[in-house]
Parts: sequence; structure tokens; C-alpha cells
Amino acid sequence: MKNSMRSISRRRAATVFLTAAATLGGGLGWLIAPAGTLADDAGKPILIGHYGSLTGAEATFGKSTSNGIKLALKEFNAAGGLNGRPIELREYDTKGDPKEAGTVVTRLVASDKVTAVLGEVASSLSLAGAPICQEHGVPMITPSSTNPRVTKVGDMIFRVCFIDAFQGFACARFAVDRNAKRVATLYDQSSAYSEGLARDFKRAITKLGGEVPSEQRYKAGDNDFTAQLVAIRGTNPDMIFIPGYYTDVGNIAIQARRLGISCPLLGGDGWDSDQLAKIGGEAIEGAFYSNHYAAQDETPKVQDFIRKYKAEFGDIPDGLAALGYDAAKLLFDAMKRAKSLEGKDLAAAIAATRDFDAVTGNVTIGPDRNAVKSAVIVQMKNGERTMVARVEPDQAKE
Amino acid sequence: MADLLQILTMAVTVGSLYALIALGYTMVYGILKFINFAHSDVVVLGAWGSFLFASALLPRVGVGAPLPWWVGGAALLFAMALCGLTGFLIERFAYRPLRGAPRLNVLITAIGVSLFLQNAGQLQFTLVRGDDTAQPPAPALRLPFGTQPQRMPTLLPDSDLLVIGEGQSTARIGSLDVVIIATALALMVLLDLLVRRTKFGMAMRAVSFNTDSAALMGVPVNRVISMTFVLGAVLAAAAGFLYVLKFPTVQQTAHPTWVLVGLKAFVAAVVGGIGNLRGAVLGGFLIAFAEQFGESYLQKYLGSGLKDVYVFSALILVLLLRPTGILGSPLREKV
Repeated sequence: MKNSMRSISRRRAATVFLTAAATLGGGLGWLIAPAGTLADDAGKPILIGHYGSLTGAEATFGKSTSNGIKLALKEFNAAGGLNGRPIELREYDTKGDPKEAGTVVTRLVASDKVTAVLGEVASSLSLAGAPICQEHGVPMITPSSTNPRVTKVGDMIFRVCFIDAFQGFACARFAVDRNAKRVATLYDQSSAYSEGLARDFKRAITKLGGEVPSEQRYKAGDNDFTAQLVAIRGTNPDMIFIPGYYTDVGNIAIQARRLGISCPLLGGDGWDSDQLAKIGGEAIEGAFYSNHYAAQDETPKVQDFIRKYKAEFGDIPDGLAALGYDAAKLLFDAMKRAKSLEGKDLAAAIAATRDFDAVTGNVTIGPDRNAVKSAVIVQMKNGERTMVARVEPDQAKE
Repeated sequence: MADLLQILTMAVTVGSLYALIALGYTMVYGILKFINFAHSDVVVLGAWGSFLFASALLPRVGVGAPLPWWVGGAALLFAMALCGLTGFLIERFAYRPLRGAPRLNVLITAIGVSLFLQNAGQLQFTLVRGDDTAQPPAPALRLPFGTQPQRMPTLLPDSDLLVIGEGQSTARIGSLDVVIIATALALMVLLDLLVRRTKFGMAMRAVSFNTDSAALMGVPVNRVISMTFVLGAVLAAAAGFLYVLKFPTVQQTAHPTWVLVGLKAFVAAVVGGIGNLRGAVLGGFLIAFAEQFGESYLQKYLGSGLKDVYVFSALILVLLLRPTGILGSPLREKV
């Protein structure tokens, strides 16, 4: 060791030292430079983040949400942005994987230093991202995670959709209103969303005087539901509640019909996709599901949104696109009202949202940072989604 | 009684699919002594290949018209050719350069090939760009598969061949079940004849027994290995095709469905004794019976949704009693 030290000549050592010092100095200068310009950031874009399943099993969820956000962003920037500052979107793919969601949210808040985060659709993934946003003090709005646990993570986490307790109630109310009192459930036990919604549904329908004669479970990735459906068939229910995702529902419906089960099927907002009619074919015909909005809603603001979305992306927006749009617009609205773009001030502004006029209904952020709003029940008729009922939030209080 | 029959039919149907896939795992293991983790992705390719072929062909024979009998067969042959070629390419470019390398390297490469296929399958670009304003819309050939699940066209009407019982307890055995079981069994018998009765089969067995000695006896080892991959891939293609006929939602390439199917078929190969062809078939049926009957008859006590638990419990049980699998030969360590 000593020998090798000596072998470096003095001059060489001096050069090395000087080079190192210069590099360090340059580095410091580079670090200091942006700090100097912080004072006048007018015109500089504001970064917001979105994490969603752009590929993976539930890719339509991420893509629809992303389209909705981009539409809102385009409109907001065209109208002058936030006091002349445009908003820029940084978007990462979660591939539908909670581990991946954790990684990309860390990247958004720690490396990209975004002002606020939008996402995810799936509750399991929002539950992976939310603690990171909370820890870094960056407000997060989930457009469509309905599991109650998501916003319980902390005071930085919000949502613009209803929660599963209400969705479960809406489905139960609808079933009982149609005189279906014995409703079997078949849910995905590996999904926080599916499992929670099945439980909320059971609680609600029991309260309304109905019962759940058979509770069956499956796991994401199952394609064969024969054993579960045979067990359900044995109890002869009036309806089957399947709070899964559209990717599973096709096979479930086809197999149920194949086994001679003819009662109606009922689902949650996880069914909402253009692909549902294609995948399920005639087996899904006549089935119902609860959703955040229906494209058949005649309200001008809904039709206006559909027209703009169609012009931009070429197809009719699903509920997730509408929620993505609403989440982004609500965030921009809060940014305008916030004292500053610091996490705390922005969160306070989001929490203060009252009667925000959104496509998916008027949004008021409640004390537990959840949105209070109505649900619609949609039926598949001739491969089209038709709105058949609306359930208001005040009905749940009775 | 009718429920039992229904579950039994499902177990045999699913079992024959597991068996077809397990054969691919076991053949490659028998010859190269490594697990080809990309095998389940070849199954996916078979499913998507037949889906693309069928949906491209259907408009030409007329939608809604009664389908000619050969459409299903043609889709099967197309998938087999596509997968056979892919199997050949995988072996030639991913595994052959590693011949003689430590086995761990090959294993990692197999996982790499699997991830590559899963992710490449999610890409999508349009080959023939249709004019969007044309009425009716010009067909656009989209390749490869994209991230959306698709619906496999109904190539075979699933009519009831046998209905037993009535009301809430009816067993329906459909033509689809019979076609799947018959096709799978026919392929297994063909493979068995090929391996036991032909010169090529003899070469395969020789390479499997001792690669070096086989090479010294003039067996073209590389060609035999290539052909083994092609054979395994062809069976995987058939399994993929039959699978989406039975479960017509064609899930995207990285969906947990495919991972699970591949994993269970691998378990089947191990349970039957990896490296043993008849063992793989036996294992496939055993695994399917464990998951179907477990889910149906133990759910009263343990709750439902535990299919995978039964499959892997069966694996542990078999390995405890017979560490080399049911028909596996005891491991001979060369000293």
C-alpha cells in the first residue's frame, strides 16, 4: 500500500487534486444555479404525476384514466394554465403490480418532485402508492379506487369516486328493489377491491332483509369457475353478485350459462370496459353493474365531455376516463384556490372542495377525504350499456 | 351425483390440457436437464396465434354462417406451425449458445426468454392501416396482441351431448369437452408412438440417457434437441388452442392466468416424475383432479377459492412420499 502511494509522483497528485476540486466546484455551482432561479418561476411548468396500469392485466383502466387526465390537462393549459404556468404530466406504468406501483410513486415524489399525484384505479395499487405520497407530504387523488382503506392512509390522500360501502349498498338496494333477495356472491379473494365490495354488499343486503346463500371465492388468474358455480347453482339464488374485473367476468358468465344458471348477474364498477360486451358475448346480455356515470346520461355536461373525449381519442369514454378527467380538474381547481403549491396548502384546498361540478356528479370532499356522490346501475342490452337506475347517497343513510 | 359427474368432466378436460403442457416441460428436462420456463409462453403464443388466425379467417368464410368443419383444424395447425417455429428459434438462439455452460445460466436465460415473450406480446402496432372513415371499416391487421383481453371466436358449437339430472343438479357434457379430451389424447398417443417406435424416438431416448455416448454413436445431438423443442412447442400450441376454446377470454400475454397454467403443468410434470412422458400425463390428470375435487368437496370445511392450495399440497405430498415423482426413476449420481 505504502509503495503504491509513493509511486504516484507529486505532480500527478497535484493534477488529480486540482481536477477533483474543479469538478467539485463545478458540481456545486450547478447545484446552486437552479436555487437562484426559484424566486421567479413564472412560466415554468408545474409537474404533476400519474401512475396507472398502462400495460398488464387491467390495461384499459390505466389507459382510460390517462386519456381523461390528458384531456383535462389540455383544456386547462389551453385556458392559460395556473396563472400563466402550464401544467406538465409525468406518467409511469404500474403494470398492474403493487411492487411496481411503489417504485414508480417513489420516483414521482422523490426524484421528479411532482406537486401532486393522480392514480391508481385498482385499490390494491393505490394502497401501495398512498403511504409513499403521505410520507413525502405530496397530495394524492385516486380517481377510482373505491376501497375505504385507501384514504385512511393519511391526510394527503383523497378520492373523487364513491367508496365501496356505498357501492355495495347501491348494488344491494338495486337487487332488493328488483325482488332479488337471495343473492350469491363470487369474488376475487386476492383483490382488496373485490373482497371489500363483496363484504359491503353482504352487510347491506342483510340489512335490507335479503340474504347471501352462498359465498364463493376465486383468485386472480383463475379461468375455470365450475366448482364455485356448481355450488352456487345448488342454492338456487335470485341473482349472483360478482364484484370482479371485466377480464374475469367473461369466463364466469359463459360458464354460468353453460351450467344452466339463468338468473341475472350483477357486478361493480370493475366491469366497466368497452371490452366487456365483446368478451362476454351473449352470456353477459342482461347483466347489471353499478358505475360512476353512464354515457347515456342526458345531462349537458356529460354529453359535452363525451363529445370532447370522442374528438380527442375516437371512442366513447368509460367511467374510468370520466373519473380521471374529474380528478385532474378537481386538482387544478384546488391548485387555483390553494395559498401555495406546498403539499399542506394544496391538501387543505382539496379538502375544502364543495359541490364541485364534475362529469360523474357533484363532488363534495367529506371529512374522511372521500367524495360523496351518486351511483348509477347499468344494464348490458344488445351489447350496449344502458342506464337503468340511479342510487343517491342520502338513501344509504336511512 | 350429477354434480360429481360435472366436476369429473371438468377435471378430465383440464387434466388433459395440463398433461399436454407438462409433456413439453418433461421432454426438455429429460434431454437437457433444465426447466424451460419459457414453455408456458409458448402456450400463450398458441392461444393468441389461433385467435388471430381464426379472427382473420372468419370474415372470409362468412360471419354467422355455419362454420366449415376445417376452420378449427386449420387454426390448430397454424398455431402448431407458429409455435414449432418459435420453439426452434428459442432453442437455437437462446439455449444452444449456452450448451455446456453452468445449468444456472441456462435457467436464468429461460426466465429471460419468458419475460421477453410476455412483454413483447403486449406490444401492438397496426400493420395494415385501415381508413377510419371507410364504411364498413377497412380491416386492420394488428400485431402482435396488445394488452386487451379478446374473445376467441366460437369455432365449435358447445352443444350438450349428454344431460343427466335436472333442475339445480344437472351434469352437462358438451361437445367441446369431448373434442378437447379426444384431441389431447390423440396427440399423446402419437407422441408415445413417435418416442417408442421410430428411429427419431430412439435417438431422443439415447440423447436423454447419455448425451456424450449418443454423440459418439453418431446421433446428431443438436438436431435431436432442436426437434425435441419443436415437439414440445407443438403440443403447447395445441394446449393453448384448446384452452381458449374452453375458456374463450384470451387474456393478454403477461396475465397471471398463463403463469398459473404453466406453473400447474410444471407441477404436473414433477408429480409424475420429471423426465418421464407417461408420468407427465398421469401428473396432469392428478393435479386437475386435486384442484377440481378439492374445490368442490372440501369447500364445506375449508372455504372456496383454494384450488392452488390443493395443487401444491398434492405436490408436497407426492414429493414427501416419492421424491422423484410417481413414475420417476431414482436419481443416479455419477461418481
